[in-house]
Amino acid sequence: MTDTPASANAPGPSRPVVRQLSLLKGGWSRFAENRTAAVAAILFALLAGCAIFAPWLVPQDPYDLASLSILDARLPPGSADFGGTIFWLGTDGLGRDVLSSILYGLRISLAVGALSSVFALIIGTLLGLTGAYVGGRFDSFVMRLVDLQMSFPAILIALILLAVLGRGVDKTMIALVAVQWAYYARIVRGSALVEREREYIEAAKCLRLGHVMIIWKHLLPNCTAPLLVIVTVQMAHAITLEATLSFLGVGLPETQPSLGLLIANGYQYLLSGSYWISIFPGVALLIVIMLINLIGDRLRDILNPGKHR
Amino acid sequence: MLVFLIQRSLQGILVVFVMSLIVFAGVYAIGDPVEILINPDADQATRAAVTKALGLDKPLWHQYFLFLKNAIQGNMGTSFAFDIPAIELIMQRMPATLELAVSATLLAVLLGVPLGLLAGLGDGSWWSRTIMAGSIVGFSLPSFWVGLILILTFGVWLGWLPVFGRGETRMFLGVEWSFLTLDGLKHLILPAFNLALFKIALLIRLTRAGVLEVVPQDYIRFAHAMGMSRFQVLRTQILKNIMIPLVTVIGIEFGSVVAFAVVTESIFNWPGAGKLIIESIGRLDRPVIVAYLMVIVVMFVVINLFVDIFYSMLDPRVRIGAKK
Repeated sequence: MTDTPASANAPGPSRPVVRQLSLLKGGWSRFAENRTAAVAAILFALLAGCAIFAPWLVPQDPYDLASLSILDARLPPGSADFGGTIFWLGTDGLGRDVLSSILYGLRISLAVGALSSVFALIIGTLLGLTGAYVGGRFDSFVMRLVDLQMSFPAILIALILLAVLGRGVDKTMIALVAVQWAYYARIVRGSALVEREREYIEAAKCLRLGHVMIIWKHLLPNCTAPLLVIVTVQMAHAITLEATLSFLGVGLPETQPSLGLLIANGYQYLLSGSYWISIFPGVALLIVIMLINLIGDRLRDILNPGKHR
Repeated sequence: MLVFLIQRSLQGILVVFVMSLIVFAGVYAIGDPVEILINPDADQATRAAVTKALGLDKPLWHQYFLFLKNAIQGNMGTSFAFDIPAIELIMQRMPATLELAVSATLLAVLLGVPLGLLAGLGDGSWWSRTIMAGSIVGFSLPSFWVGLILILTFGVWLGWLPVFGRGETRMFLGVEWSFLTLDGLKHLILPAFNLALFKIALLIRLTRAGVLEVVPQDYIRFAHAMGMSRFQVLRTQILKNIMIPLVTVIGIEFGSVVAFAVVTESIFNWPGAGKLIIESIGRLDRPVIVAYLMVIVVMFVVINLFVDIFYSMLDPRVRIGAKK
């Protein structure tokens, strides 16, 4: 999709070579040929690190009520309280440091997005691979399900599920998985259908390897390349969708304030001019999504050299 | 053609049926349906009466049958919050949602197609690259956040446009519409643009891809050789050839615009069905939730059916493929 000069000039290796190229084998140096993507990956790793270690990094624990003072409420960015602590991104309506809340929120958003993508990846891959390998009625049943799911927009399916199930971390994750699995199933089935006809599968069958063994050891490793691309793109989607649902008040509960909830909480102050409570969490969300998309674009360029125009 | 139509309609009915099963299972079988369907303040006698009247003492399959029968007759319970039939409530709010969705789709076409043409015809130029970069941004920005920025910029800082509700409305065909008054139009601009943004980005990409595919064709060169002006070629050759995929996508995407209206309506306080459903989820107004879900599912199936029919009219291969 991106027409960056680096990817356009990259020699287009023939397909079999690319198939064997795994990210682990000298992947990083190949990935870093594109400067933007390399910077994006490093920044993303930094952000993820900040999110993981948030409790040790933040200047203030935003959920420790004892450390909050209502006197500090709605301070603009850069102002300090009586103790001299500077709130670089200002404070919210309860006197919480916005920067600290963002790091905690990022932690929740990333965790929910990544976990649900991984679950969806597992379920979708399993169904897609088995469908392609077994064929017949099971395959067409799975594909009907995929069609059904894809004929409705993601937000609608998530909304239906959450309206029925109610609010909560587990329920939001169920909704996110339900929205995503079909993409993995379809992609993996597509490449598995091609791989199934190849000689090495025939050879494996002649050796009387078990079906599970063939799917797991032979079919799956040869279908991973497109999955890697999809998983990054879908993770960005999952994070956006979770933020949207939480913003609407149907996703995560108030006790798990992801970036979407932080934005929603700041929304009421937006009209009175306290923009920072809502806008900075939004900027954080944007940066994360952009970084993931940049990484995904680069992965696509590496793994499908035939695709770029 | 008739066989194809019947086949697709049957498929649509099947989808509605499956969805009704899911919604029924979710809302009725999990948790006590009596708690869900009657006012929590009701006494024991009312409870027993409602349980009997709704047939909740019957086995589950019978209950589902009753639910289906009621749903077909348009009876999906009464809203706790408004005390009027849920389906009526949805239908009252639907015009506002449709007005927003149609405006957004129009905006997407009016902005997305010309920009896509520009980007495609001037491929490689700086404006083409600017437009494409803009479309990437349009894709990756979460729409609710764009809404906030729009409110902050045009509502709070510049104060140019109102950001709350529908404004003044006027009756037409028995329904209130915003686009008939100047005040209503002003209220419509920001939400419609917000809702359209993603589709603008999509249409830019599609149009550009279409142009890049059509321009190198021989018939375009031939048209130029015949002495047609550039504008004529654009109008009669290029546009006509990229229209087929565009119209299909616009049709398919209309459903998703209606679904995404939930977000936009909540941000801009647009009193449509989407805002209603979010409020209903918040106050556990289950009859309204069920009614909304069923209405939206039926709507989707109908939209998909129309797109299928349209597609088969344009592309005979689809019809032939269906007969196999």
